[in-house]
Amino acid sequence: MRLNLDERGRFEHATLPHLDAAYNLARWLTRDDHAAEDVVQEAYFRAAKFFAGFRGGDGRTWLLAVVRRAAYDWLAKRRAWAAASFDEAVHDRGDDASNPESLVIRKADQQLLRQALEELSPEFREVTVLRELEGLSYQQIAAVVGVPVGTVMSRLSRARKQLRQRLAPCPGREE
Amino acid sequence: MDCRDVQNLLHPYSDGELDLVRHLQIEHHLAECAACAEHQLGLRRLREALASAPLYHHAPDALRARLAADLRSAPATPSRRGRRRPRALLWATAAGIGLVAAAAVTTGALLSRASTSAETKLVEQVVAGHVRSLQADHLTDVASSDRHTVKPWFRGKLDYSPQVPDLAGEGYPLSGGRLDYLADRPVAALVYHRRLHAINVFTWPAPDADETPVRALARQGFHVCYWQRAGMAYWVISDLNAQELDEFAGLLRQHSAAPPP
Ligand SMILES: [Zn+2]
Repeated sequence: MRLNLDERGRFEHATLPHLDAAYNLARWLTRDDHAAEDVVQEAYFRAAKFFAGFRGGDGRTWLLAVVRRAAYDWLAKRRAWAAASFDEAVHDRGDDASNPESLVIRKADQQLLRQALEELSPEFREVTVLRELEGLSYQQIAAVVGVPVGTVMSRLSRARKQLRQRLAPCPGREE
Repeated sequence: MDCRDVQNLLHPYSDGELDLVRHLQIEHHLAECAACAEHQLGLRRLREALASAPLYHHAPDALRARLAADLRSAPATPSRRGRRRPRALLWATAAGIGLVAAAAVTTGALLSRASTSAETKLVEQVVAGHVRSLQADHLTDVASSDRHTVKPWFRGKLDYSPQVPDLAGEGYPLSGGRLDYLADRPVAALVYHRRLHAINVFTWPAPDADETPVRALARQGFHVCYWQRAGMAYWVISDLNAQELDEFAGLLRQHSAAPPP
């Protein structure tokens, strides 16, 4: 089976406007420019293959779910998973030890912020990217990641807690 | 609502995911409680920083051009206008199954609905389990259409032995089984098919001896049937149409009369 010309037009219309979103997610998950391009290309191939199952609606969410899967496949293939994933128990220090007042993020700290986000485990990184950078709702994130909405909520709050913990302990920083 | 409740809900509050009543309750609390307001301030600063930092990776132009070119050069069915020489083979297999991607769009329940009752939670878990099994391309741990292969596979993995009826004669062939996790316990997941539609059957020992008829509901584009019989709970889910899934559930219920050994 193949896409006929009609379907190809529909496919382009449904997916090409979301190329930035696709690349952004792939880039954050793989943390590598070239890998992100490969993953996006692979995802578009897969999306074309499954396009008959796309019943209209939220093309971005649909595409992002395919991109995410391709990115995880890439991570697994490169055995990067073990290196990239953190033991939650070790890195989540439980109660919120950071003092919110000390968490002042200035322009100069943007590099720090980028690094903190890259160091989150993939499942925390993806919900943060989808929420904060892509602006998806909990329900849309649940659809992309394939978990219940409640899981999205708890992952997101833990991810933010970890980000604050990573950013907070810089003593002597003034307001 | 005490401070703990408020602080637990600060994230969905800040994301605009709460219903109006709770949203207003929290707003009210934040106006009067300095400690919670401070938490909220920290969260807001983090989110503002994330929003203002240049963290978004835009797709390179070269990738955009390459994808567009791939699409144009993809082989089209020669039905309409002039044909092109097939180049990008990968596009050739397009269309067809689409179960995985379709399932991915439809998951997720409303936050307000979650945890209102154990049953609602279970429905959510069943849907999530079904979607996960399709998404991860991990429908079966043991792939077989033979119940005499699938049934023994669960031995030693569960503390019960699921019924694995053969419904191939009725047009619902077995394709295998796997372990899943539902209702806070490992459960047997049996996979049947109707044409291209995967049907997940989750079954585990029922919490009580009640026998219930087949009840049906629809969630996020899936049809779900569930019942209890002979000490076992059954949850069946698929994107198959409701009529055929009801038929399947009826057949399965009929064949699950014998008590588990
Ligand atoms: Zn308070």
